[in-house]
Amino acid sequence: MQTRKKYIFLTFLASWLLLFFFGGDQLRRFAFFSGRKAEARRSWPRWTDRSLLKSFAEPEELQRDGDPSLLSPRERRVAWLSGSRGSRCRMETCFDLSRCERHGFKVFTYPQERGQPVSETYSKILSSIERSRYHTLKPEEACLFILSIDTLDRDHLSGHYVRDVGEKIRGFPLWNGGRNHLIFNLYSGTWPGYTGDLGFDSGQAMLAKASFDTSSFRPGFDISIPLFPREHPQRGGDGGWLRHDSLPPKKKYLLVFKGKRYLTGIGSGTRNALHHIHNGKDIISLTTCKHGKDWEKHKDTRCDKDNVDYERFDYQELLHNSTFCIVPRGRRLGSFRFLEALQAACIPVLLSDGWELPFAEAIDWGKAAVVGSERLLLQIPSALRCIPPERVLAFQQQTQFLWDAYFSSVDKIVHTTLEIIKDRLSPHRSRSRFLWNALPGGLLVLPDFSTHLGDFPFYHLRLGYSPSEKFTAFIRAASQAGSLSQPILRLIQAVSGSQHCAKIVVLWSCEKPPPPSWKWPQSSVPLSVIQGRRGLSDRFFPFGAIQTDAVLSLDEDTNLSTSEVDFAFSVWRSFPERIVGFPTRSHFWDPEQGRWGCTSKWTNELSMVLTAAAFYHRYYHSLFTEYLPAGLRELVDGLAACEDILMNVLVAAVTKLPPIKVTQRKQHKEGVAQQAGCGDGAAGTPQPGQRSPRRFSQRQDCLNQLADWFGYMPLVSSQLRLDPVLFKDQVSVLRKRYPSLERP
Amino acid sequence: MCASAKYNTRGPALIPRMKTKHRIYYITLFSIVLLGLIATGMFQFWPHSIESSSDWTVEKRSVHDVPVVKLPADSPIPERGDLSCRMHTCFDVYRCGFNPKNKIKVYIYSLKKYVDEYGTLVSNTISREYNELLTAISDSEFYTDDVNRACLFVPSIDVLNQNALRIKETAQALAQLSRWDRGTNHLLFNMLPGGPPDYNTALDVPRDRALLAGGGFSTWTYRQGYDVSIPVYSPLSGEVDLPERGPGPRRYFILSSQMALHPEYRLELEALQAENGDSVLVLDKCTNLSDGVPAVRKRCYKNQVFDYPQVLQESTFCVVLRGARLGQAVLSDVLQAGCVPVIIADSYILPFSEVLDWKRASVVIPEEKMPEMYSILQSIPQRQIEEMQRQARWFWEAYFRSMKAIALATLQIINDRIYPYAAISYEEWNDPPAVKWSSVSNPLFLPLIPPQSQGFTAVVLTYDRVESLFRVITEVSKVPSLSKLLVVWNNQNKNPPEDSLWPKIRVPLKVVRTAENKLSNRFFPYDEIETEAVLAIDDDIIMLTSDELQFGYEVWREFPDRLVGYPGRLHLWDHEMNKWKYESEWTNEVSMVLTGAAFYHKYFNYLYTYKMPGDIKNWVDAHMNCEDIAMNFLVANVTGKSVIKVTPRKKFKCPECTAIDGLSLDQTHMVESY
Repeated sequence: MQTRKKYIFLTFLASWLLLFFFGGDQLRRFAFFSGRKAEARRSWPRWTDRSLLKSFAEPEELQRDGDPSLLSPRERRVAWLSGSRGSRCRMETCFDLSRCERHGFKVFTYPQERGQPVSETYSKILSSIERSRYHTLKPEEACLFILSIDTLDRDHLSGHYVRDVGEKIRGFPLWNGGRNHLIFNLYSGTWPGYTGDLGFDSGQAMLAKASFDTSSFRPGFDISIPLFPREHPQRGGDGGWLRHDSLPPKKKYLLVFKGKRYLTGIGSGTRNALHHIHNGKDIISLTTCKHGKDWEKHKDTRCDKDNVDYERFDYQELLHNSTFCIVPRGRRLGSFRFLEALQAACIPVLLSDGWELPFAEAIDWGKAAVVGSERLLLQIPSALRCIPPERVLAFQQQTQFLWDAYFSSVDKIVHTTLEIIKDRLSPHRSRSRFLWNALPGGLLVLPDFSTHLGDFPFYHLRLGYSPSEKFTAFIRAASQAGSLSQPILRLIQAVSGSQHCAKIVVLWSCEKPPPPSWKWPQSSVPLSVIQGRRGLSDRFFPFGAIQTDAVLSLDEDTNLSTSEVDFAFSVWRSFPERIVGFPTRSHFWDPEQGRWGCTSKWTNELSMVLTAAAFYHRYYHSLFTEYLPAGLRELVDGLAACEDILMNVLVAAVTKLPPIKVTQRKQHKEGVAQQAGCGDGAAGTPQPGQRSPRRFSQRQDCLNQLADWFGYMPLVSSQLRLDPVLFKDQVSVLRKRYPSLERP
Repeated sequence: MCASAKYNTRGPALIPRMKTKHRIYYITLFSIVLLGLIATGMFQFWPHSIESSSDWTVEKRSVHDVPVVKLPADSPIPERGDLSCRMHTCFDVYRCGFNPKNKIKVYIYSLKKYVDEYGTLVSNTISREYNELLTAISDSEFYTDDVNRACLFVPSIDVLNQNALRIKETAQALAQLSRWDRGTNHLLFNMLPGGPPDYNTALDVPRDRALLAGGGFSTWTYRQGYDVSIPVYSPLSGEVDLPERGPGPRRYFILSSQMALHPEYRLELEALQAENGDSVLVLDKCTNLSDGVPAVRKRCYKNQVFDYPQVLQESTFCVVLRGARLGQAVLSDVLQAGCVPVIIADSYILPFSEVLDWKRASVVIPEEKMPEMYSILQSIPQRQIEEMQRQARWFWEAYFRSMKAIALATLQIINDRIYPYAAISYEEWNDPPAVKWSSVSNPLFLPLIPPQSQGFTAVVLTYDRVESLFRVITEVSKVPSLSKLLVVWNNQNKNPPEDSLWPKIRVPLKVVRTAENKLSNRFFPYDEIETEAVLAIDDDIIMLTSDELQFGYEVWREFPDRLVGYPGRLHLWDHEMNKWKYESEWTNEVSMVLTGAAFYHKYFNYLYTYKMPGDIKNWVDAHMNCEDIAMNFLVANVTGKSVIKVTPRKKFKCPECTAIDGLSLDQTHMVESY
């Protein structure tokens, strides 16, 4: 029994051992872990000798980088410049940078020739260029040339088609093979192919063209512009339609389309398929067969029913009530629909394969549009439904920002084109992609001011900076006395008492020379005097003496206390992009006279803060001097007034927000005089004669002229005033940070 | 089965004299063992279908053991690369399909050794870097082992370095891949393109429609939106550990470290050096190094010897000039050192330029302007230089550091093209972690002042204080801009009063009954809230007049992304349930307003309910407390902006005033604070 047992156990043992020896491995994987094995995938093998593998290139080879090429770089560049044919053009081969060096970026438009028809749209483009700050009348200064021949419509079946462009161009003495020329075009090619052909040899000229095809687009050289209608406003332009950020950001419909269905020819593939996604509920895709002369010839079975459905919906209504809008290709790649959807905050779903999107060099369309593929139309609905609501909301807001920043007027489209070209000329002083795609947009941010984003007032929160903790007090002295008056001494005293004050700069705009330095009050804060010109716009010149982010703009007769300054500055640090100040004005629409008016009466609203006592970012000095056309500054200098209105209008146009009023001690600036009209606490010459009715009407005029230049009224009204937290609360004065604000 | 049954029957005969129970016991055991043996045998000698799949994962193999493929001399060669290829013309999107994860599937061909007719190797089987790259793809989410489900194919033929290739035979090897199909959806990685004398800027191997991830593209060879521009990997970065160096001024201003420079460039650099003295350093290779010192790790200037790449950390700007090729490995070294690259290579397509904003990390200077380099660089503000240094290092860490980083970034770029609606944003690509951490991207970034006509919805959270609730409703209903009143009935044990008992008001009144008594119910984004503005108000806040509330709403309209509230001391009606303590009520700063009476955007309800980080929501619900603090933190966290306190009526005649705190609560991160 015992031995037998032993044998049996031995057999057992042996057989188990055998079992594990042969099959353990498999058993482990198949029997016990079969579930996991099924998922385990065959991955790239871990080679036993992977550490012995050779590198793809020896370090020596990498650092030597072949033999230094035989062709010298200079010769290569010369060869590029001479040998580049049109289709291979790049900035470094077809554009003469040296023309732009001496006079900077200047644009010359050819003078109009008599008897030459120019379409309405093209004359808008030309006048946009003439309104631009880069325009020059001297061809020898110019860096970029624009033809006066209308090249917008190059469809030779069209009525606007201009014949013999090629010959005319070659006749121009400045043409130079098209070098440094920019040609605008909206329509090219014709039925049936609709190719990008312009019908003349554009040589080495850059093209700013709508419906650009990626395969003919010369990257970094051409510019794709949007297709815009004839009625597109010259300047200003309508705002976007998004009035509020609703959540969930859904509208009545998810996706809409209403348009032609091409029965034959180019683009019909996509348009023919659109009706498939129509579900009658939240996806409305309506097509009509009616287009062209002979549509009935190609008519199919759907047509009659589709045509009936088509009439049941209104296009504008669909635009207003849909979250997404299909923007399919037409015969050409771009369509009016794109800008329409953008304005309506209807997120464009692009079905236009191979379209080089407008200004794609600068604009990140992935944030504002869904770039679909014509081939995957049927996936679009499910893909759209998967987009999370916060992303949809971000899309909607971005469409509005882009519309307003780059597309809402011909001016904006043309100026964006010019700025993109200007950026290419000096890549080290250009806008980063971030800048183009963040508020307030590339046109309002001047890289010549700074290339560091923290130097602008717009990006603090987004990039985690905070505005500097010091400010520069900037006092404009313009009294005729020529000596230091009591108010200015008091003011310097009060301002230098602030711990945040880095410097006091006095702009001496009197005829008499400033008093010698020992006459100025001594204080811990450095004080410097700048001899200014007489012009009022001078006070917003970007003086090198101003180095802090914040500028406290003051008139010599302003009466402020240190507490007020400190509090206003702390408020400004929360709103670095706005004007923060004390005395305010408001504007209103006067329906009787059909014009804008402004008032300083005690109203419940405010839309301007006088620059006689206000904090703002020093960048606005640069913007005022460089972005605004010289004409507006001359207007201000001529009127000797209104510079504060212009500044407020400018800041409001940039931020789309009202200025901020902060609390002020009760007793001062309650003068009755100010309640009369739109008093100009800023002009600095407080003589009673200056406040004549004539002057008052000048200020009204000025407001209207500004609104005209901007194309709309940028000012925004506010109803509130900011106080310190414990202001007038019933606690001990000792606990308050700004106790003197409440002292009578 | 049959065999084991036979053994069973024979069992009793082998051990005849055993007791029955023992017998059964042994028999069972034996049969199990035998069954096991048989099963093992079956697995062992089963045909190879099961076997072959296991050798991939388990068996350790050498690169030299891979199967050999002989390429006949007349096997087909693909067409040359088609310059007009774009995603919509040459790429088959149907293979990728729609999937909820929005991830493309990538298949890797198994490794083969290719020989020509005479048995000579076509190329090195695989380089270390390419093996790393394929391993990284294989370990990533993109990988699939199912060739039929794949959307993108990566050949295992290593074409990283064109110098190591026989061009015609490599092309033939590509053409015989099982799914080649004119190269559709195939992705090739190449870092050193071209060869002497003219050094083409793209891989010379004919590849038909295949996508090319190449280092050193020029604008003429790069097919925008189709190819991917990748960096030239520098193996040094794996060997040398350069610790990150804080941004700031460094010993040299401009440094050039490249060895193979065209004499013309070198002359220009030396002219710069002569003009600007010690702040410019132009290094060259060392001529008199002792044996055993690798030349690649040393650089010399006159008699001074410098360690490379360590010397790069000594300079603010580092020149990256084109050599024979446009793409230079030194770019990777320079970024690693946190030195700002000054890229002088006309027409060069920078690595990953489709997604990376190089203007934030580098300075690009046209070759023609090289003599002006010093003054151009001098004009860059110091703060920007520091940021560029940080950005450069971040680019290296995220996209240059290893073959894995390069491979994944490339696949992500292609993935973003195919699923653009799920693409990675500019910020995710470009913001370094420090910026991601300290910055906020306000979800309500568009400056809109909502129309007054829209009004607001008042949300009253109540438990059972009906009398006080009715008073609140009556008070609130007097506010002109109120458009709807929503009562959240948080008491499951008690029904809300009958309809007839509720006060009659001019706006719709809805009662929402909740399933659980949770404080978070107050912040749920109810569909009934149709306005943007929400007034959260407790059922015991009765001292706010309609003017005050109306003014609060007007203030909110001007700051729709902020919380607009009233001071805490209003909250004194009934403290039985709530044990809040606000000790320093009278301070000079406000960082929070109570949600006992506050206006805010409905968006924050959505965020509070669905996007609140961590377990804050659960904590609040469990402790029945702090929901207002959580809300305040949430708003400050996403917008970076402070709250606004609206002054209630007081002894002085200024009801239309608001107060703002001196300091904002910006960038308080929730994770930190909890």
